[in-house]
Amino acid sequence: MAPLLEISGLKAYYGATEALHGLSFTLAQGGITTLLGANGAGKTTTLRAISGLVRREGSIVFDGRPIERMATEDITRLGVAHVPEGRGTFVGLSVEENLKIASYGRRDKSGVKRDLDLVFTYFPRLKERIAQQAGTLSGGEQQMLAISRALMLGPRLMLLDEPSFGLAPLIVQEIFHIMRRINEEAGVSMLLVEQNAALALNLAENAYVLETGTVVMSGPSAELKNDEGIRKSYLGY
Amino acid sequence: MEQLIQQIASGLASGAIYALVALALVMIFTATDHLNFAQGEMAMFSTYICWQLIQWGFPFWPALGFTILFSFLLGVAIERVILRPLHNASVLSIVVVFIGLLAIFHSLAGGIWSHTIKNFPSPFPTVTFAGSGYIGSHQIGMIVVSLLMLFALFAFFRFTPLGLAMRAAAQNPVSARLVGVKVDWMLALGWGLAAAVGAVAGAMVAPVVYLEPNMMASILLYGFAGALVGGISNPAGAVFGGFMVGVLENLVAYFGNLTEKTFGIYIVGNGEKLTVALIIVITILTLKPAGLFGRTTVKRV
Repeated sequence: MAPLLEISGLKAYYGATEALHGLSFTLAQGGITTLLGANGAGKTTTLRAISGLVRREGSIVFDGRPIERMATEDITRLGVAHVPEGRGTFVGLSVEENLKIASYGRRDKSGVKRDLDLVFTYFPRLKERIAQQAGTLSGGEQQMLAISRALMLGPRLMLLDEPSFGLAPLIVQEIFHIMRRINEEAGVSMLLVEQNAALALNLAENAYVLETGTVVMSGPSAELKNDEGIRKSYLGY
Repeated sequence: MEQLIQQIASGLASGAIYALVALALVMIFTATDHLNFAQGEMAMFSTYICWQLIQWGFPFWPALGFTILFSFLLGVAIERVILRPLHNASVLSIVVVFIGLLAIFHSLAGGIWSHTIKNFPSPFPTVTFAGSGYIGSHQIGMIVVSLLMLFALFAFFRFTPLGLAMRAAAQNPVSARLVGVKVDWMLALGWGLAAAVGAVAGAMVAPVVYLEPNMMASILLYGFAGALVGGISNPAGAVFGGFMVGVLENLVAYFGNLTEKTFGIYIVGNGEKLTVALIIVITILTLKPAGLFGRTTVKRV
């Protein structure tokens, strides 16, 4: 099967500074892939480059279509849902409005309805807080909202940037459990960036390790978990 | 007493105009963090367009409708053509552009229509009614039209998909793009709406202050004051602030005259009402820098 996302020679820039130096990797249809790496390795930048939030060069092919020249909003509409670092909540809008706005670009109204029901089965707490201002939600709830908002786009691929950041372990567990369900039940492929490598390797089938803007290692998660270097640098034992 | 009510009523009427101007300013500010100094001159220019159409024989309301459309497109065009390329420019360069726009519209209006003061017709019939002693029919008309405008905008932002997209784009542009909102166009749309609101304000106030290139100067100042007092980031607050400033300036004049009559001491009068109103505004801002209803934005570093 052709890969869902195929990246080769990807460079990204912040101003004049090159942050990614020719990154290449592929992402299989239907799976979960994770990017590991220390702070500043370029994980977040990779996600931002894919969705066009930073200036980039190289080739990014999503589902057979080159998207490296497309604008963020058009990439989103193709089915790439980016759950940004820090959750990107519309704090002044209600929970309902946060979800609604993601579905406006969609033509399949029955699909929107189905996905909204899906969101509420995954995160019943959001249903309870539907009329509340999103800024008043707890960190965990805002992360749930960010994932739900991405789901409301009806995506084929979700880019998840540190979904565990700043959350209590129990909440993280709940959210990762739901992420797996979204992957399996809604058939959404995922590219996950995580500081918590153990967590990420447990969820993902494949992993790429980044160091200062290039891929230094890749393989199935099960293999990487047993790699001594990975264990020492990222898993801490 | 009768005079007091009269003063409050006419304060509400001019306050309605300030509220519209304040709202136009807030619309652009919340979306871009810029205060559009040219807002008043754009409104003045629109008012001239409306006047010209009326001169050509159009009835008032169709002329105003066309003017609103024209202003909307003008606002969109200004954002797309002039401000778009400056997206990454510093605040100061943008301020210069705003001042440039102000000067351009000012001299353009003077050049096309000359600087002589013109009468602008009121669309509202002069009728006598129970409260005529307190408030004129044009003043009531100003208030009604402004309120209708405010409610229409409120409904637009609150209940339509496009309104929601615009609010989202203003609050968090990056997240908005990530849910497929065309943020650039939302900014242009905001400019268009602000220009359209300004046009209505201009056409409503022109019968009172007469049409000339300077007509919006002090009104823009009051609009600024209203927006700042209410909280520049809060549309409802800005509207309230506009009304407040309108009533305040008239009360200043009223109580000034009253003290002069009773005690024979002249402290403030009509001439100082702008000064005193602004003093009050500055006082409020010193005590509450974010305005009465504004939120202080806390930035995490």
